[in-house]
Amino acid sequence: MKAMPFIICCMTIGLVLPVLAAQHNEYPVSPPPFSEGIFPCSTCHAGLAVNTRKRQLKDEHTAITLRHAEKERWCLDCHSAGNRDKLRLADGETIDFTESYRLCGQCHGNIYRDWKAGIHGKRTGSFTGGKRTYLLCVGCHNPHDPKFKPLKPEPPPVRPKAQYGK
Amino acid sequence: MLSLGALAGLSLGNLSCTRRAREEFLQKHFREMTEADKAAVIGRLEAQYQQQYGKAVRVGTEPAVPGTLWGYGLDLSRCIGCRRCVYACVQENNQSRGNPQLQWIRVIRLKKGSLINLENSEHYYDPATVPEPGFMYMPVQCQQCENPPCVRVCPVKATWKEPDGLVVVDYNWCIGCRYCIAACPYKGRVFNWAEPTLPPQEINPEVHYLGNRPRMKNVVEKCTFCVQRVRKGRYPACVEACPTGTRKFGNLLDPASEIRYLIEHKRVFRMKEDLNTEPKFYYFFSA
Repeated sequence: MKAMPFIICCMTIGLVLPVLAAQHNEYPVSPPPFSEGIFPCSTCHAGLAVNTRKRQLKDEHTAITLRHAEKERWCLDCHSAGNRDKLRLADGETIDFTESYRLCGQCHGNIYRDWKAGIHGKRTGSFTGGKRTYLLCVGCHNPHDPKFKPLKPEPPPVRPKAQYGK
Repeated sequence: MLSLGALAGLSLGNLSCTRRAREEFLQKHFREMTEADKAAVIGRLEAQYQQQYGKAVRVGTEPAVPGTLWGYGLDLSRCIGCRRCVYACVQENNQSRGNPQLQWIRVIRLKKGSLINLENSEHYYDPATVPEPGFMYMPVQCQQCENPPCVRVCPVKATWKEPDGLVVVDYNWCIGCRYCIAACPYKGRVFNWAEPTLPPQEINPEVHYLGNRPRMKNVVEKCTFCVQRVRKGRYPACVEACPTGTRKFGNLLDPASEIRYLIEHKRVFRMKEDLNTEPKFYYFFSA
């Protein structure tokens, strides 16, 4: 009788884990758009002490200005302090950068739902038969400053007057 | 005189009495061609394009895939009016680049608060950056109507609706009367008023007879949802070009498709629904 909870526990894990694994491989995402030479992060961070204090970064990552709920958030809320090559979910689970949509989906639940259905974001390639690629959230949004920036539009069409002289 | 007028109307690129001109003049309507007829016409066209553009062009005649009805979704809360789709379409579909300039997508700018006032829309807008405050953007192209008025008015049946819902044109059958342009409430069709200008180095060599093959003077053309791509399971060029993920595409008969998901879960409308044209182009708001 005592063994029962243990067995049930094992069975549950056995059932749940493959399902989770399958879910995570379900989205054929393009690689994360790292800046040149920045990854793996542990190349530099392995020898550095972890400093959890919120501060202005002076030596490295100076190009990053956090404009993404910056009052409530700091680097190590999303980047794992224990393993710099991973991201960290709110429950402490560490995930790969290729799965970053799970991290974004924690707050942006309705967008995540639309993205999974192919309504938010962009899919390219073949919708049936061939290879299809999804863009990660960070494929379009800078995670530190996610608002979409204005673009220069392509030229307007030529007016008929200019074209046919009428 | 009368016969000459009729000939001129038959959009023959070259009226001299060559063998090719004769075959072009005598070719059948696409839907009445046998497989052998099609092969002969395709062979002639491919040789002609090779000569004209110095490049091997593959002309496809892929029929509609059974069990498909193509539908399009466009997210008005995401479009920023950047016109990337317009130029991707021009490139993919071999439109004439200038004099005459032909485009199948027209992005109209609407004032916020006045969205149904299409008469006051502007499609020549040209600011330094988009989106502009106070405006929203609505790309318009062929809506692939289930009840297409353009098809009904064509006096020679040169345009028709395919089994997968795409409204197509047989350019060799078109007489250039432009009744279809007058009948379309969406300005979805454009006309080759002059010999099209397509630089040989820019030609897209993967073409379909009913879609993006190079056109000639005096014929009407229009968006086909990229018939040459979608019948092979690929997204249309405009879907892939959009930087904001505004454009969605899929099979209306497949309950698991993206287009069915958005119709079921989002606030959708179709343009000028009151005209009973039954467009298969759904505008929606995701936010």
